[in-house]
Amino acid sequence: MDVILFTVFNGLLYGMLLFMLSSGLTLIFGMMGVLNFAHASFFMLGAYFAYQISKYIGFVPALFIAPLIVAVCGAMVEKYALRRVHKFGHVAELLFTFGLFYIIEELVQMVWGKVPVGYHVPEFLDFTLFSMSGMGYQAYAMFTLLVSIAIFFALFSVLTKTRAGLIIQAALTHPEIVSSLGHNVPRVFMAVFGLGCALAGLAGVLAGNTLGTEPSMALSLGPIVFVVIVVGGLGSLKGALVASILIGVLQTTAISLDLSINSLIETLGFAVDLESLWHILIDLTISQVAPILPYLLLVVMLIVRPRGLFGNRDV
Amino acid sequence: MLNILKPFSTWIIIAAIAAALPLIFESSFALTLLSKMGVLIIFTVAYNMLLGQGGMLSFGHAIYFGLAGYASIHILNGIGEETLPYFPTVLFPLIGAIVGLFFGSIVGYVSTRRAGTAFAMISLGFCEMVTAMTLIFVIFFNGEDGIQTDRMVGPEPFGVSFGPQIEVYYLILFWVLLTVALMYIITKTPFGRMSNAVRDNPERAAFIGYSVRRVRWQAFALSSMFAGAAGSLHAINYEHIGFESVSVVQSGAVLFMAFIGGAGHFLGPIIGAIGLTYLDSTLADITEAWLLYLGLTFSGIVMFAPGGLAGLIVMHGPIARTNKNLLFSLIKPYLLAIGSVITGLLGLIGIIEMLYFRSLISKGEGEIIIFWTEFNANGILSWLIFIGLILLGIFLSKRTFPVAKESWDNAISVVKTEISNE
Repeated sequence: MDVILFTVFNGLLYGMLLFMLSSGLTLIFGMMGVLNFAHASFFMLGAYFAYQISKYIGFVPALFIAPLIVAVCGAMVEKYALRRVHKFGHVAELLFTFGLFYIIEELVQMVWGKVPVGYHVPEFLDFTLFSMSGMGYQAYAMFTLLVSIAIFFALFSVLTKTRAGLIIQAALTHPEIVSSLGHNVPRVFMAVFGLGCALAGLAGVLAGNTLGTEPSMALSLGPIVFVVIVVGGLGSLKGALVASILIGVLQTTAISLDLSINSLIETLGFAVDLESLWHILIDLTISQVAPILPYLLLVVMLIVRPRGLFGNRDV
Repeated sequence: MLNILKPFSTWIIIAAIAAALPLIFESSFALTLLSKMGVLIIFTVAYNMLLGQGGMLSFGHAIYFGLAGYASIHILNGIGEETLPYFPTVLFPLIGAIVGLFFGSIVGYVSTRRAGTAFAMISLGFCEMVTAMTLIFVIFFNGEDGIQTDRMVGPEPFGVSFGPQIEVYYLILFWVLLTVALMYIITKTPFGRMSNAVRDNPERAAFIGYSVRRVRWQAFALSSMFAGAAGSLHAINYEHIGFESVSVVQSGAVLFMAFIGGAGHFLGPIIGAIGLTYLDSTLADITEAWLLYLGLTFSGIVMFAPGGLAGLIVMHGPIARTNKNLLFSLIKPYLLAIGSVITGLLGLIGIIEMLYFRSLISKGEGEIIIFWTEFNANGILSWLIFIGLILLGIFLSKRTFPVAKESWDNAISVVKTEISNE
């Protein structure tokens, strides 16, 4: 029972991290139709900036400054590059961000080298907050969870309760009308793009020290974020939240399960004797196949419900 | 007799040149490079059936290339161990084609409902799934090591064992000519035209009674089939296949080739495959920053010349057809503009190389060779030189580009009036 609780806690932690990444991506996609392939690269930039800043002035300033710098980088990319590509269509925008993904990865290697940098959990949060029957809950993990939940509520209330949020939501569906009401739609787009990148950067600041800050971190997380927004439904914030937690819990639970088809058959009281090739298949444990589970979920979703959990159009 | 051959004259000339290439470039490096180019030409042209002809951007086309390669290697090994009956090596791309068609039909069926960005995302998901599988199902994929093979199996018809690289080159050349010709013919069939129509305006295509999804699915399956043939040749060429050949890295490489070459034109992917393979084999040894340059080039092409290199060339077709002198008058402004860009690029490359040198190679020593000249990466003078080059390049570009554009506008307006006068 306690193991289950601990796994769910970790799943929730990972899920909320995925949500911070995917909320920005799905917001940008829903509003501008831009699918930002380099979104996870901004996550990586956040981690590296936080490493550099916390080396000089500490973790707490880094928590605020690093996402801001990432936001500025994102806004610059939108203003000087994406806006120019916009007239060639959404596929061209996606292609541009694909190139950007390579550029950022190489620049990071150029500045910080190819090996992981020593970005650590800050000392004042590096202790066990409480334990429950042998399972220690680290204070930093708790802190991360709280920040991400706070971000979630802040994002929702800004989007639904404030005037700026209303403009953003209106620009999402009716850009021409919003523009003729006198709002500067390109600037709204730039702000949203910057905001999305800032969220990714914040996720990088919070997760870079536990997941490891290295040049390959963008490639290892990027595709999962795509899966999240397709499963949740393109452009849906609520969907992104549910899918993030679903995939987070799914992956962390699967890693800790040592079950295989064979062990299941044996518990039922049968014994199987198969040829070597098939034997390997039924001996595979769930923890071994954990990396492909999100993508399997994607495929099942595409066949069963192509619009995703909360989407309103088929992919 | 000659009249029958005439429409094929370009093909025959290209085939003759390609067949003669190993006689000119005799080194084993050149031969390996030419073989690699051949394989990637098939793969890139196949990929462009999706991207250019069908309007579907895929980040996962290496799946069919790689899986066909794995299948071919297993069959080669099976023949070698005499657990499988003999199958001529010449026909191996057929096996790859079947494997590619099989997996392409399955994945295509679930992912071609929509084109555009959603399709791209799904293709990436599939690619990641297959890459993860290569590390899980070790019995078939052998994890990170990949699988080795020996392509010299079975009898040797006509004394051809496919041991020497030159024999493999001619095998690849034969399949390049065959598959590229086939893919060219496909673009001219009603199906090829329908694929273009679905790319340009899916609504209208649906209104005249075509199933948009079905056309996309067929294009996807055909493209996967040719990619599979390329994968088979890749396996025979290297006698090894690893998980990276199904990964998003390989898929990205083929996207770079097709798009930088020019996705809108049939010859574009061929230009891209030849050019990038050559640069990849030569530059990757010289500079650490090769991928950075590739990324910058790609993004630059997306921003400024979405038709790719082929698009830039084709743009001048009407001018060349109406008045040759007009084309020659463009040379001078073009050269000036290109020269100023190169000046700026020299500076940029210098800065990038010095930054890489300082962070990756040496912290203490400062001597670095850039453009066959020795610079001191720690000295202020070398930085000043390169920054100066960048500024000079920007300054010159601002003056030469309007001139080049004006000459181009001029030329095209002359062409337009001449056409309307006819």
